[in-house]
Amino acid sequence: MSAIQVRDLRKSYGEHEALRGITFQINEGEVFGLLGPNGAGKTTTVEILEGYRKRDAGEVSVLGFDPAEASTQFRERVGVVLQQSQLFSTLTVAETHSLFAGYYEHPRDVDDVIALVGLTDKSDARVKTLSGGQKRRLDLGIALVGDPDLIFLDEPTTGFDPAARRAAWEMIRSLRSLGKTILLTTHYLDEAEQLADRLAVLRDGQIISEGTPSDLIGSSNETEVRYLRDGREVVVRTTEPTRLLHELTQEALAEGRELEGLSVRRPTLEDVYLLLTGDES
Amino acid sequence: MRLLWHQLRYEQLVFWRSREAAVFVFLFPVLLFALLTAVYSGTIQGRPAPWGLLAGMLGYGTANTAFAGLAILLVNRRELGILKRIRATPLPTATYLTAVLISIMIVFALQAVALFVLGHLLKSTPWPGHLISLVLTLALGGAAFAGLGLAITGFIRSVEGSSAVLNLIVLPLAFLSGSFGTTNHYPRVLKAVGDVLPLKYLLDAVNAVYLHGRQLWDEPTAVAVLAGWGVLGIVVAVRKFRWEPT
Repeated sequence: MSAIQVRDLRKSYGEHEALRGITFQINEGEVFGLLGPNGAGKTTTVEILEGYRKRDAGEVSVLGFDPAEASTQFRERVGVVLQQSQLFSTLTVAETHSLFAGYYEHPRDVDDVIALVGLTDKSDARVKTLSGGQKRRLDLGIALVGDPDLIFLDEPTTGFDPAARRAAWEMIRSLRSLGKTILLTTHYLDEAEQLADRLAVLRDGQIISEGTPSDLIGSSNETEVRYLRDGREVVVRTTEPTRLLHELTQEALAEGRELEGLSVRRPTLEDVYLLLTGDES
Repeated sequence: MRLLWHQLRYEQLVFWRSREAAVFVFLFPVLLFALLTAVYSGTIQGRPAPWGLLAGMLGYGTANTAFAGLAILLVNRRELGILKRIRATPLPTATYLTAVLISIMIVFALQAVALFVLGHLLKSTPWPGHLISLVLTLALGGAAFAGLGLAITGFIRSVEGSSAVLNLIVLPLAFLSGSFGTTNHYPRVLKAVGDVLPLKYLLDAVNAVYLHGRQLWDEPTAVAVLAGWGVLGIVVAVRKFRWEPT
């Protein structure tokens, strides 16, 4: 069963074509990562699926609903973490969860959700006293409190320190083990690699690559070989690593010297991504 | 109904926990009334000055609470992304806005009671004679100013600007309309400006009911002008109100 189906989705803002006909589908229980540089159309895509924006053309089905109609039944089953949003600074963590729990027919137990996002010892703290990472966990908590089947996470760990990111990843994995479907946007490659079952890379409003993280890495068949020659590093990218290494080692053996600083590296997801998006920065 | 009650409880909790809102929206007109009655003497509209000032502060309080207070609250929530986030929940937007409006009206009702009690204790102002007429008058005024408050949020782009812009509107409005004493001696130009603004008509109605023992339905002009401004506010709000940050 697919939780989300998108076919030939298009959206323009005035002259600017933000989405130029994208097609993808997300299976139930899957973590799907939407990757791409800023301005590629990630947030536009997510906001159309969340029901915030109307599409210009194309077909969209989210849990069997058309999000453009944004019915109450649709809202009951979808949890949202926006890229930027704040909550009432004077309410406590527990009060904020109870406020949002009250909007749903069948909410989860508030204390359970607070425990799930790791805020139990901050339960009675006012929102304004929380750190950035704790506020983001609160955003996640109120997205979960309605017990949704599908969760949208728009750049959930932007601005986190490394420890907070690891904790957030653990949390997202635990959601997956509860059987939730998750659509995650991120511009952190390691995040996508760690969490996503499948990925789509967006650039200029088009999907330029799609598949599992290892598919994407496998799509590039170049291997990078580095070694030192007269104290200077030489980098060679080759599609024939066996031949190159044979030649290098043969030459070195013949001259009776060591191939210093030798390394052979398969491309990482990051290399593939930079190659795909042409974003060298 | 359950949702409305749920939201209303939290609206009240959020309002009274926010010290700035509680002081600026609820307390400020009450303090101003205490100060003005201490310095004013003589009569207003043939009644002791504190009676007239009490009526004036009910009008100023309406504009300050239902218009400025409401608009600041909504701009704040819009710019913080709270309105956008709430739209992603099953809470119907009509229920949400109704709860926000009732909540601000509760604040205003408590403020009106505080003004009467303070006036009675400090200056022996009388309790309202036609209570139902007075409640209806303030409810009509509150509704009209709330409509205008919803409308103006569409023209305010930042949280920082909202309180400055709204005070720049409300204080001169209250002054020109006669909240701080009679406008009889004002230059003709200033009086003419006051004559087209809604607060003057609210004050006419409050004065008629509270100072002169009349009923709201004896003041059709005031009712019509207030209703007209309210409808104008709603029409603009429908076109300009935004749920997402600027």
